[in-house]
Amino acid sequence: MTPTSQGAVIIGASAGALEALSLILPALPADFARPIYVIVHVPPDKHSMLADIFAAKCKLQAIEVTDKEPVTAGVIYFAPPNYHMLIEDETHIALSNEEEVLFSRPSIDVSFESAAEVWGSRLTGIILTGANHDGAAGLKAIAAVGGTTIVQDPVTAYAKAMPEAAVAACPQARVLSLPDISSVLQGISL
Amino acid sequence: MTDTFNKVEDIEIRLLLDALYHRYHYDFRNYAMSSIRRRLRQAKEHLNCATISAMQERLLHDRDMLPQMLRYLTVQVSEMFRDPSYFLAIREKVVPHLRTYPSLKVWVAGCSNGEELYSLVILFREEGLEDRTLFYATDINPEALSQAQAGVYDLERVRLFTENHRLAGGKTSLSDYYQTGYNRCVLDKSLRRNVVFSDHSLVTDQVFGEMHFVSCRNVMIYFDRTLQDRAVGLFKDALPRNAFLGLGAKETLRFSDHAAAFRDFIRDEKIYQRTSA
Repeated sequence: MTPTSQGAVIIGASAGALEALSLILPALPADFARPIYVIVHVPPDKHSMLADIFAAKCKLQAIEVTDKEPVTAGVIYFAPPNYHMLIEDETHIALSNEEEVLFSRPSIDVSFESAAEVWGSRLTGIILTGANHDGAAGLKAIAAVGGTTIVQDPVTAYAKAMPEAAVAACPQARVLSLPDISSVLQGISL
Repeated sequence: MTDTFNKVEDIEIRLLLDALYHRYHYDFRNYAMSSIRRRLRQAKEHLNCATISAMQERLLHDRDMLPQMLRYLTVQVSEMFRDPSYFLAIREKVVPHLRTYPSLKVWVAGCSNGEELYSLVILFREEGLEDRTLFYATDINPEALSQAQAGVYDLERVRLFTENHRLAGGKTSLSDYYQTGYNRCVLDKSLRRNVVFSDHSLVTDQVFGEMHFVSCRNVMIYFDRTLQDRAVGLFKDALPRNAFLGLGAKETLRFSDHAAAFRDFIRDEKIYQRTSA
């Protein structure tokens, strides 16, 4: 058994992501037993501060992904600007320079779909606040392989479009507030 | 989509890659699976094949399928002076070293449609190094190579190219190097006078000469770790001590078997220098 074989968590967010993630990631315990992939729409410039910001706030290690990054439990992996982040297998991430999807690179759909292939029913997919429809198809793909799907309650979201599209595409998803998502995450790590 | 379906599809993908290799000698068998899977699904859909096996049958029996297949399997996404800070670093930090050599060889490995090649040629011309430099531009996709050789791009991309060139410390105006017409920008053929275009595979071919600088950006991200080691091994063999290797912004030699053969030269720009290891 690899150290991460229990499962993985993948989170997608866009407009309002920083605040939403700040209510979830820093609350995770230092012994959180799964890898966490995070895809946030960031401008294509080479430098994003996200990993640094959360490395400072979180008990878990947070890094911006480099191609073929080895994956271990208890680390938060941020998709880098201007690349798609593909989940290659349970222990590696591959980057891709393919065309933008829904005007986005990184694309939440691309990462979610690749993670669904690799992790199947052991994957938990979460869509947070955002102003476009990215992530809806990806969340649906996670539901199709029997994974757990969660969407931030659009009423509580800074931008509703993304969680609304995710719920429409994936009606079986649990619709929760950020504090409830935080509790669920702390629960699945046990 | 059930687990069984996915497993069958993975078998089909492996069989198609085998067929492609045995029939046409293009070897994608050690490419990163996540991206290959995604692109073969796109190909299947766009080429109206019910399954990947059906696509394999067409590929085996219809030679005209090959260029289409290669279009899906290779990624042709680039810009002139993409990541301007990379080119600025070459200009400010690498060029002073290159100046000390009487003649230079530069290899753009996986040159795609040529954007990066021409960026380097223009930079070398601006720095007065073009005349003593031989550029090798290689790719596995013949269609991309002829695009690169033609040096013709959509006019709408020129604004971005121009801005990138400026941010890369351009000393001339990019418009000095092209003419426009029919919504195209046609690069000056003088930019190709020291360029050799060639079909070369990092997967199956060997090194063809000693280089002073290899630029191979966002090519090896599509390889698995084994194949990456093979490609970096080629660069290691092509580069004598103190020669340079440039990679894409989010690539690294940190995980490579050959990591000890290189040291960080400009860490943030993924420019490495060959050690004596």
